[in-house]
Amino acid sequence: MAGTSIVSEFTKGFGRENPTFVQVLGMCPTLAVTTSVANGLGMGLATLFVLFFSVLITVIIKKIVPDGVRMAVYTVVIATFVTIADMFLRAYVPPISKALGPYVPLIVVNCIILGRIEAFATRNTAGRSLVDALGMGAGFTASLIILGAIREILGSGKLLGFQLLGSGFHPLLVMVLPAGAFLTLGLLMAIFNAVKDRDSFVVVEGR
Amino acid sequence: MSLLLIAIAAVVVNNFVLTYFVGICPFIGVSKKIDAALSMGIAVTFVMTLTSIVTWVITDVILNKLNMPYLEYVAYIVVIASLVQLVEMFIKKTSPSLYKALGIYLPLITTNCAVLFVALLQAMRNYNLVQATVFGFSAGVGFTLAIVIMAGIREQLEMADVPRPFRGAAITLVTASILALAFMGFSGLIAA
Repeated sequence: MAGTSIVSEFTKGFGRENPTFVQVLGMCPTLAVTTSVANGLGMGLATLFVLFFSVLITVIIKKIVPDGVRMAVYTVVIATFVTIADMFLRAYVPPISKALGPYVPLIVVNCIILGRIEAFATRNTAGRSLVDALGMGAGFTASLIILGAIREILGSGKLLGFQLLGSGFHPLLVMVLPAGAFLTLGLLMAIFNAVKDRDSFVVVEGR
Repeated sequence: MSLLLIAIAAVVVNNFVLTYFVGICPFIGVSKKIDAALSMGIAVTFVMTLTSIVTWVITDVILNKLNMPYLEYVAYIVVIASLVQLVEMFIKKTSPSLYKALGIYLPLITTNCAVLFVALLQAMRNYNLVQATVFGFSAGVGFTLAIVIMAGIREQLEMADVPRPFRGAAITLVTASILALAFMGFSGLIAA
């Protein structure tokens, strides 16, 4: 990764290494909370916060953490920041906190975070790792917003609470139900593949 | 709520994978072959049941008594990680054949969000110890059910000619969507 520029370190989270559509990581929150744009944004930003600060702590302590217990140490670091994020949401944006419910604590086991720490932060310089964390977090947030927007528009005819489609539109209830979540993500992933296909075809393997 | 209702709700009505979306990673990753899926399901059920019991004890006996509920998440994840480690050592010692069958799936369970979800939900719903045990076990059975059905479908899918962009995770998600639609049929079974 030494040859890549800082800018591409950031933008790869949106395109070729997008955590949702390309790496297929962090599926649980992706599917569960994207019934609306607001929820998707809330979850995305909470994950971004946890990812950034966990990586920050990681790059500080990585030299003194023994190899055998590094997973346990990093997981506790992540859990601490998730607790902070959860308390913050509960105190300042109660409606979002309520809508996200038990999915906020689930950020602890979001494979994107441990994945970035393990695969990137422990092997790269501090600056690069932080830019990578920001890019991945932002790319994840963008994916959640896209999913949330599609499901909210088709499922209720609204976007961020505003009536978008006319009264003649019959809301597709299935879109806000679990089946709609799987379907939307599956189709988006296929579109993502098809677009990538024009350059070079890579099969997205499930994790 | 009676124990039977808790069990039915956790297995089919509010299936962990298909309505709560937890445990999606193994659901997509380890659902290519039925026997591997079944092994994964059994291992997860085992860990979930134990997790539910142990986290109940920790929440009720330690955290709540000491007035430290804010340590909940940290405590749960440490419990799960150590439990998985313990289970791994135990199985390795007592049944090498089972250990071989579960192999790499055991450590993966630590990052299976379904296990953490069990701990969180049983605490949130204020279950007693018996209810928590039944809930943990049933949630595991529900997970096993979903992943085995999925593996069965995917074994057939191997022979189908899937359009190129859909190959891999995409077609699995679309399949899961249809499966979730089928499980919605259970939603009227009990009012939960």
